[in-house]
Amino acid sequence: MAYNKRIDGRKFDEIREMKAQVGIIPNADGSAMFQIGKTIALAAVYGPRELFPKFLQNSDRGILRCYYNMMSFSGSGERVRPGPSRRSKEISYITENALLPALNLEDFPNSVVDVYIELLQTDAGTRCAGITAAAMALADAGFQMKDLVSAASVGFIENRLIVDVSNEEEHYEKGNTDIPIAMMPRTGEITLLQMDGFASKEELAEGIIVAKAVCMEIYKVQQEALKARYKK
Amino acid sequence: MGEIKIKDKEVTVPGEVLAVGMDYLPAGGAFRDKEEIIASQVGIVNISGRLIKLVSLNTRYMPKKGDRIIGKVADIGPNAWYVDFGFYNQGAIALADGSLEYIPRGADLSQYYAVGDYVVAIVVFVTRDNHVNLSLKGPGLRKLSEGRIIKINPAKVPRVIGKEASMITMVKNMTECRVIVGQNGWVWISGLDLVKESIAIEAINLIDTRAHIQGLTDEVKNFLEKKLGGKSGVQQEN
Amino acid sequence: MKDIVRTHVVSLLNKDARLDGRKLDEYRKFTIEYGISSKSAEGSARVKMGDTEVVGGVKFLVGPTYPDTPDKGTIVANVELLPLSSPVFETGPPSIQSIEYARAIVDRGLRESDALDMRKLCIKRGEKMWTVMIDVYSINDAGNLADAIGLVAIAALKDAKFPKYDAEKDIINYEERTKKGLELKYLPIPITIVKIGSKFIIDPTVEEENAAETRLTVTTIEDGRACAIQKGGEGTLTPEDIDKMIQLSIEKGKELRKLFK
Repeated sequence: MAYNKRIDGRKFDEIREMKAQVGIIPNADGSAMFQIGKTIALAAVYGPRELFPKFLQNSDRGILRCYYNMMSFSGSGERVRPGPSRRSKEISYITENALLPALNLEDFPNSVVDVYIELLQTDAGTRCAGITAAAMALADAGFQMKDLVSAASVGFIENRLIVDVSNEEEHYEKGNTDIPIAMMPRTGEITLLQMDGFASKEELAEGIIVAKAVCMEIYKVQQEALKARYKK
Repeated sequence: MGEIKIKDKEVTVPGEVLAVGMDYLPAGGAFRDKEEIIASQVGIVNISGRLIKLVSLNTRYMPKKGDRIIGKVADIGPNAWYVDFGFYNQGAIALADGSLEYIPRGADLSQYYAVGDYVVAIVVFVTRDNHVNLSLKGPGLRKLSEGRIIKINPAKVPRVIGKEASMITMVKNMTECRVIVGQNGWVWISGLDLVKESIAIEAINLIDTRAHIQGLTDEVKNFLEKKLGGKSGVQQEN
Repeated sequence: MKDIVRTHVVSLLNKDARLDGRKLDEYRKFTIEYGISSKSAEGSARVKMGDTEVVGGVKFLVGPTYPDTPDKGTIVANVELLPLSSPVFETGPPSIQSIEYARAIVDRGLRESDALDMRKLCIKRGEKMWTVMIDVYSINDAGNLADAIGLVAIAALKDAKFPKYDAEKDIINYEERTKKGLELKYLPIPITIVKIGSKFIIDPTVEEENAAETRLTVTTIEDGRACAIQKGGEGTLTPEDIDKMIQLSIEKGKELRKLFK
């Protein structure tokens, strides 16, 4: 049986409903909330700030440190044990690499910019939601950025290309391919690329083209949220 | 001939294309990437002729020589005070820059400025790697002995001060408060009447959140008149 | 540390005034939202007091009963003061402050008030029980986290519904929720009163907390009795102080309780 209809009824190129808001945490230098479907990510930026221990300092530019965390009640099954896990450490690391290409931290040598990402509720696409929220928070904080960073997943089920892979699709019994991607929307430069599952070179190329369109939709949501703060 | 993609005084975000064409010149937070002029921050676009300037609406404070700032003494070393002022490095005030009076070596520095004291200082020097020297030697530079401190975003400081200090002078006069606006966004307010002092603070916060609006001066004036109930302070001619 | 902000807070209070214009016994704007993570959490809520924001969520688990309480289940509280919410909070394991909040306000407030009948959490005597896990996170600290944390915990518990449990297979089906809630007997409401000089204020901002020497968090239930008290801070309280503070918390507890309907 081919995958002819998506489990949640969406079209194959349809993203789940999105919501975004900026400036939600007054104490932070910049902050944002990004929701896609039922996945809700909060991001707060503090920095540049003093960096200790000193040996971590970079005398050419500020460094970026991301901390990705799932709240204990954010998972749809059992409670998530608090504290960093291998998975959250990996996601923190790839989030840094996804955001750095867009940032210019040369004005702040020896400093650190801390980005905290908390997931209030998880329903697939969490690392992408975190990156999307973090990019808005960094822009909200006034950092110089070549571009925003927008992230989403594309995937394949039974060779059909799908966009914004859902939780059920990730666990599809006949197998699926999940490809989280982050890009700087204007130039289409990719800052995050991961893949779980099989795809041919052609399929991947197709996926990346479609991902650009998806990231542009996400960029529009980010743009509106950043501008909404300054409505007349 | 190229094309301008955005309206004057519009809000823009990083990555947005502001104009296409080699005739245009980027300024402020706008930069050129091949044919295009791009925004690098969240801010307001000011278009004047071929100049496309992006003024950011929220910014991380970068100290410059000559900036007058407000800070808080955080630490005292053998020959210097160290001041927090909203920058990631503390500012250092050397013994010789502590006061217009002579401070002898070996003096107890906390007798002059103790940890926790707020001071109005001037940025004397910023090194390549952002170490900052401050000075309290100069007219008006001193320890603050009463009043309140609020913090606004440094990007809004020009708006709070206004053209030729018109905005801040209006607030000061109408609320009968003394106000010092640090370039770092830290603001000191002191009024004899605590109610008017609170109103001055509300007015400054209003400018902070509405800095992107045209006609802000009138908006602030109306706000102050309403809040002060028509009993605004002595109008001075400046 | 004495600084002009502190001095200002104190001099205003001596004139019965506060930095933000509130009365000494006045709350900032207070809102509760239920079900903010309803897909994943069996119960959840968000509380805002002025700019202070906290979220809380409830997850149920099933496990063996404790040997000394074979006919009861249990409730465990965890509070995290997230670095997301303030420049002064650090990453790492729970700080002593967050442990104090979890124990004093959530554990003590709930357990000692007997608001939750632990026997109702027993599935099979001597064998299986429900554990109710309540996790609270600070989102923005603008003062008075103590009360916000206690209130969001109650709100999340009120919102909670048991998931479906298959006793034979000993499996919880988190995808299906029953209509059965936790049936709280009382709503224990914590009110923190802060002493600055000779004045008492409620719902302090961060500047007011920094200017305070002592605080008392009193948790009261519907009939006005206190069920938990925690003193914080390095200062002292006289018996008269304590009397005044408890009276204030009973009054304010009544006011806040109305918002839980």
